[in-house]
Order: sequence, then C-alpha cells, then structure tokens
Amino acid sequence: MDSRYEVVIGLEVHVQLTTKTKIFCGCSKDFGQQPNSQTCPVCLGLPGALPVLNRQVVEDAIKAGLATNCQIAPRSIFARKNYFYPDLPKGYQISQFELPICEHGWLNIETEENGQKKIGITRIHMEEDAGKLLHSDGDSSQVDLNRACTPLLEIVSEPDMRSADEAIAYLKQLHQIVVYLGVCDGNMEEGSFRCDANVSIRPWGQEEFGTRAELKNLNSFRFIKQAIEYEVERQADLIDDGGTVVQETRLFDADKGTTRSMRGKEEAHDYRYFPDPDLVPLVVSDDWVDSVRGALPELPDSKLARYQQELGLPAYDAGVISAERDLAEYFEALVALHDNAKVCANWVMGEVSRALNENGIPVTACPVSPQLLAGILERIADNTISGKIAKTVFEDVWNTGKTADQIIDEKGLKQVTDTGAIESILDEVIAANQGQFEELKGGKDKLTGFFVGQVMKASKGKANPGMVNQLLKKKLEG
Amino acid sequence: MKMTRQEVEHVARLARLALSEDEVERMTGQLDAVLGYVEKLNELDTEGIVPTAHAVPMENAFRADESRASRGVVWALQNAPEATDECFKVPKVIE
Repeated sequence: MDSRYEVVIGLEVHVQLTTKTKIFCGCSKDFGQQPNSQTCPVCLGLPGALPVLNRQVVEDAIKAGLATNCQIAPRSIFARKNYFYPDLPKGYQISQFELPICEHGWLNIETEENGQKKIGITRIHMEEDAGKLLHSDGDSSQVDLNRACTPLLEIVSEPDMRSADEAIAYLKQLHQIVVYLGVCDGNMEEGSFRCDANVSIRPWGQEEFGTRAELKNLNSFRFIKQAIEYEVERQADLIDDGGTVVQETRLFDADKGTTRSMRGKEEAHDYRYFPDPDLVPLVVSDDWVDSVRGALPELPDSKLARYQQELGLPAYDAGVISAERDLAEYFEALVALHDNAKVCANWVMGEVSRALNENGIPVTACPVSPQLLAGILERIADNTISGKIAKTVFEDVWNTGKTADQIIDEKGLKQVTDTGAIESILDEVIAANQGQFEELKGGKDKLTGFFVGQVMKASKGKANPGMVNQLLKKKLEG
Repeated sequence: MKMTRQEVEHVARLARLALSEDEVERMTGQLDAVLGYVEKLNELDTEGIVPTAHAVPMENAFRADESRASRGVVWALQNAPEATDECFKVPKVIE
C-alpha cells in the first residue's frame, strides 16, 4: 500500500441478527419473500403503531458485547435518528445514541508486520434496518419494506487500524465471532454483515487525524480491501497536488474498483437524536448478563489455543478446524471418541472436508457422523485395515450409512496380519521377480518399495505393510 | 436563548419545509418565545439528577421472538399514493 502517509481506518459494521422476527414487531424477517408481504403497522411506520422490543435482540446484543470484551450497560435507551429517505417510512430510524447497550470493548487481531494488535471497539448498539429501494429504468423507484425494522447491531471500532490488511483481519475475526455466537448468518452478499469504512490519512508522526471519507457499499472482504486501498491513493494524490480531503460519504463502485462521492447526503448529518418516547428504558441486570455469559459457546480464539495446548495440534490444523464452529464441533465430537487428536484432525481436514466440498453439503449434514468415523479410525488403530483401505471404507460408510465393521466384514477387507499368509504371497512375488530380488540383495534399496507394492497389490491391499517390510528384511538377511 | 433566522432556516430545511420570508420571520419570533418559556426550567438545580426521557417510571417492555401473521402486500399498499403490484412507488432516487 501507499507509504507516503500513515493510514487511519475505523470501521462500522452492521450485523443483521438471526432472530425469527423483527426488532419491534412480530413480522417474520425471512430473506427473499414477495416485496411488502412481511409488513404490519409498526414496520410500515403507520401513525399510532407502538413498537415493542424483541427480547432476543437484547440477548444477542449482550452476547456480541461479551464476546468482544465490552462492558454491558446496566441501563440503556433508544433514540430517534431523524432523516428523510424513501426507504425509511417513519422519517426516523429507531437506534441508540447516548447510552448504547455495549461500550469499551476490544479484539486482538493478528497482523503480518506487528504480530498481535488490540483494536478497540467503541460501542455496539441495537437499531432497526431500513427498507430496500429497487431501482427501475423509468422515472420512479420502488420501495420494499420487508427489511424495514429488521434487527441490527452496529459495531463501531476505534480508528485503530493502519492498513487495509489490518481492517480485513479485524473484520474476519468479528465475522467469525458473530457467526460462532449464532447471532448472525454471516452472509455478506445478502447483506447480513455489512461494513462502512472511515478512511483518512495523515503525515507520518502527526497526531491529529486527517479529514475522513466514509466508504459505503462494501459487501465482500475483497471489495473492502480494494475500496480502502483506492481511497488511500486518492487522498494521498489529492494532498500531494495541494488539495484537501472533504468529509463526505463515498460509494464504492465494484465494477471500476473506485469510490465516488455521494452528493447531497452531506447535509443529512444533523440527525437531531432524541430519546424515543415509544420505547421505555432498557435495564439489564447482572443476573441477566451472567446467564448469557454462562451460555456463551467457546469462541474460536479459545479453541485455537486449546487445540494446540491440550490436544497438541499444529497451529495450522488448529486454525483450520477452529475457524468454523460446526466443523470444530464435529472434530470435538470425534476426539471424544477417538483419542489420537492428530489423526482426527487429518481426517476432518482431509477426507471429511473433501467429501463435503465435493458434495456441496455442510458438515452438520455429513452422512459420516463422528461415531461412524471413529469406528473407521479404531480399525486403523488396531491394524484391522490400513490407512489406504480406510479411505475406501470411508466412501462406503458415506454412501451406505453402514458402520466400518459391517463394511469390513461384507467386503472382506480385514487386513492380513497372519505371518504365514503374507509370507507365502511374498514368496510368490519373489519367485516371479527373481532378477529384481537379486538386485535388491545387491544393495539396490529402492526396490524395497517395489516388492512391498507387489505384495500389497497381490493381497488387494489387505496385507499389513509394516509386516511385509519386516518379512522382506528377513528374507534378505536369510 | 435567542433563536436566530439561520437556525429556523436550517431546521426548516431538515424538516423539508419551504418557508416564505414572512414565515421565517414569524417562526423565529414564535420559536424564540416558546424556547424562552421552557428556558425557565433551567433555573432549577438538577445537579446529580439522571435525565428523564419518559414520564412514566417503567422499564423493560419486551415481546418474545415469536412471529405472527403480517398484514400482507395488498393491505400494506392500500393507502399508497402510488404503487405497483407489490411496491410503493416514489420519485426516482439517485444514489
């Protein structure tokens, strides 16, 4: 990235919650329904309608706050944020301004240059989403209010990030946490996890912040990185040419990879917040916070550390498995049944993930349950089957739902560990390949693999390769 | 407190009200009088008192996260000045 100036980035993330209903009414909030079918007097903003707070939204906000090391406010209030826009039927958005539910949090991110870095979280507040504008070609726009009143958490960071990469690291971690908590489905394309970035630059060593631009319309990690990098260049060029950065909202254009000014919204920054008289204050007791804390799932950070320290997994394995909650839970169920954690990790990252990807199904629907997989791993551990045969057993378990033992029995896959039987196969192989055997005897060690391979082939993979090796060694000595 | 013309014009613009010169003049005087009257409250000593946003001492009015039938698209659009089959129609919004 440009190194002429120091970059300062703060992020505002809007997280759409996974509640069944909207924040202030009982309308369902399923995505992709017929426009305006999921509406009622409250979310249409009709006069006289009374919004009533969905308790689950508060619970989810507390979860998110605790998982990001925030203090949970014992008392918070809702406010009206006043502005006019066609997707906002009431002429104000119900949000929180003074006294938000969570404040003073932080997350640790991994950065390439500086190792671990603490990113402050200023606040998390609850609010309602606006409706959606559909643009058609004619001289009108259309409004769909299904999304109006959908519950959001707005998570505001401190301006602590110094590069696009740091911003992405923070966002990925936040994304992972809210998905882990189950409060958000994490779908960026559908807008369940949206990001606005405040970007400014300043001369190195200057303490005062430069004027910032607010970037909107960033719906993928890739776009966020592109938009920030473009914006930093734009501001640096502007200042180098003797210009000044204007405080404004800029829209990212994904096709061009550029940002452009959204004129006309500048004036709208006078929101005249005031407490919403329709909503009574929210009081969150210590007991409530404690009960939410008690029910929090173990978070990815903690799993990552535990997999390495307690289970002895390499950092890479621990990272891959802890990244997704469902995969981590599958792995943990497996480890509870089979005590070799590294073998479990190899199978989860290998055969299981491969088969899931190929079939395009989530791990929660994996036909080979942790129980069934443990059954396969047990048979490798006790030498009934080799690792190679185990892969075909896995395929069969996947396709039939039968246990490993059933499949090993039915297909006669039990590994041959009978010395006599293996020896007679080996003798046949030697007899058929006298020349090579003499060469091997003469010191051409790489032929060992050839002989073991031939025996494995003749036994249809059922000979125990370790035993074949031992017997071959004996033959060479004798 | 003295209400200025500029403030009235600013608030009018935020509220999308087009006021004539006369109206701005009149509103400035009236708003100034109203605010001046309320100003009297500032004479009270409110040191250490938590700001009150509601007249009733009530807190935590919740609903459970249970869905109930929506009114539906026909009902939603029945009072719309302009609509298509399923959407409200508004003057074109340019972003």
